[in-house]
Amino acid sequence: MSDIAIRARGLTRRFGDLVAVDRIDLDVPRAAVYGFLGPNGSGKSTTIRMLCGLLTPTAGEIEVLGLRIPEQAEALRRRIGYMTQKFSLFEDLSVRENLEFLAAVQGVPKARTRARVDQLVEEYDFADRQRQLAGTLSGGQKQRLALAGATVHAPEMLFLDEPTSAVDPESRRDFWEKLFELADGGTTLLVSTHYMDEAERCHRLAILDRGALVADGTPAELTGALAGRTFEARAAQPRKAQRALRGVAGMLSAAQIGNTLRVLVDADGKGIESRLREALSAAGVEAAIVAVQPNLEDVFVAATQRGGEGGRAREHAA
Amino acid sequence: MNWRRLWAVMLKEVRQLRRDRITLAMIIGIPVLQLVLFGYAINLNLRGLDAAIADEAGTAGSRALVMDMLATDVVVPARDARTPQELMALLKRGEISVGIAIPADFERRRIDGRPVAQVLVDGTDTVVQSAALQLAQVPLEARRLDNASRADAGSDGRRARPIEVVAFYNPERRSAVNIVPGLIGIILTMTMVMFTSVAIVRERERGNMELLIATPLSRSELMIGKVLPYALIGLVQTTLVLLLGVWLFQVPIRGSLVDVYLASILLIVANLTMGLLISTKARSQFQSMQMTFFVFLPSILLSGFMFPFAGMPKLVQWLAELLPLTHFLRLIRGVMLRGASLWQLWPEVVALLVFTVAMMALAILRFRKRLD
Repeated sequence: MSDIAIRARGLTRRFGDLVAVDRIDLDVPRAAVYGFLGPNGSGKSTTIRMLCGLLTPTAGEIEVLGLRIPEQAEALRRRIGYMTQKFSLFEDLSVRENLEFLAAVQGVPKARTRARVDQLVEEYDFADRQRQLAGTLSGGQKQRLALAGATVHAPEMLFLDEPTSAVDPESRRDFWEKLFELADGGTTLLVSTHYMDEAERCHRLAILDRGALVADGTPAELTGALAGRTFEARAAQPRKAQRALRGVAGMLSAAQIGNTLRVLVDADGKGIESRLREALSAAGVEAAIVAVQPNLEDVFVAATQRGGEGGRAREHAA
Repeated sequence: MNWRRLWAVMLKEVRQLRRDRITLAMIIGIPVLQLVLFGYAINLNLRGLDAAIADEAGTAGSRALVMDMLATDVVVPARDARTPQELMALLKRGEISVGIAIPADFERRRIDGRPVAQVLVDGTDTVVQSAALQLAQVPLEARRLDNASRADAGSDGRRARPIEVVAFYNPERRSAVNIVPGLIGIILTMTMVMFTSVAIVRERERGNMELLIATPLSRSELMIGKVLPYALIGLVQTTLVLLLGVWLFQVPIRGSLVDVYLASILLIVANLTMGLLISTKARSQFQSMQMTFFVFLPSILLSGFMFPFAGMPKLVQWLAELLPLTHFLRLIRGVMLRGASLWQLWPEVVALLVFTVAMMALAILRFRKRLD
């Protein structure tokens, strides 16, 4: 058995003139949490739907768990779980009825269904809510139920499309604990998100922007590649400092974070630190420039070069 | 076809239905309401039309004629009038539907054999018109026969009634007898098409469909599983209409009850498949309701339920042949009122089966287990 769960080459999907997904190459290892990071409309959902065989690619090749997709999509459906972006369980069925229905549909043997549903109810903390209608659950509970439903047949692979977009931070943390438990048990997970903190938790991730895959690797690899390119400018008037830094050659972005500016610079930024200081003093802004550790947000900005102010700075520099 | 998955879909549907109070109320409410409305309120055999009588003759004979007319119960005196002019004014104002004018030379006209009286009818409503026409004939003939019976009755009587009409199956001309069997078809058409199309579109609207198509559930398991519970509901509605029809309106069931149910099942299945086809096209529950009405209105108007099929232009008749309700009406009236068997009505059975197979094939072809 190969240790690659998903392999995609040149994956493309067009909707009319719009290219939603543009020539994506993807390798997802088994038993890991693989993240898709990108803003809304970057093609995350479309890619996931193509990988599970729900959408036919316009071009490209997909192999999931050794099956060719979309040709062998029916065979794949027995081996994967899919959690949709929008809550898609039945709101007018109870927690238990939903799980029983999914168990039957997913082919859990009849003799084992009861035990399996009991186990899920226990694991996902629904013991005192079994008879509650799914529609009356809170956002976090709904996501938990959806995850329980997606794993009812213990699939080898789980696709989760922005599973935590409507959930409070505490529920998100609990939810991710569950995901890691599943990964430890050997399940491969593909999770899309637009939260940086969630992306940081993934074993590996791919950054998508406007349908293209712009970077991929482990979070450490991705941030490590930016070493020496991130600074913080601490100033009394950060907005004034931001204006002063605009147009400095080699600067990619200067984003305000509270009272500081987070500055990202070009790869070949020799002497950039002194140029930043000069620009600030020339504008009469008192600020301290300190080198800082890069994070995933910087990776994202560097990869997409769409950092708001930074985007414009780049245009000026060009 | 995996029976466990099919059963799971059916069970889910029944559980959801049980919690859907409004749909449940519709299942029972629509048949009862329609039966009572059509059975009691809509009566094509009119009684009690408002009338005025202007008797300018005032003889014993003319008074006897008026009494005979009133005895039919078709008209009841509502206003007073002395001249035909007053009758016309009352008609125009809409205060009466029928005016009876008896001229001063009533007795001489009777002897001469000329028309002895005139019935003025508000013809804006054709049903009123035909009711009044029948009123104008019966009492006149009764009077002629009365006179002739003393002399050589035979020849006179035959001239008065050159063609004899014998009405079989509903000699009392009760509307309910005609309407109730057809009402089974109307109710099944309305509820079955709507329920199924809404049931499937709802899953798509609420996002459940994306989950379902990502599972091993097959197209036919999903469609049949969703539709079968509604077929049972259709049989419940059929039973309800039959029971109420027999109990409230003494509608006869002259054929076999098994044939009545078989005919109903044929219509139910035909309508369910049509609902499925609509569901593959409609994007929202509201759209599927709208499309249902595109089927429902022609069904009510063209099937022969409201208006006699024979009176329609050829083109419309062909159109009506495409509607399952048209064939069902011929079946159910045949079985319930004429005591025919399904075997004797086989062309209608075949038409319904062909319709069902065609719709089902189209629906399954159109339903894709993909999002694109």
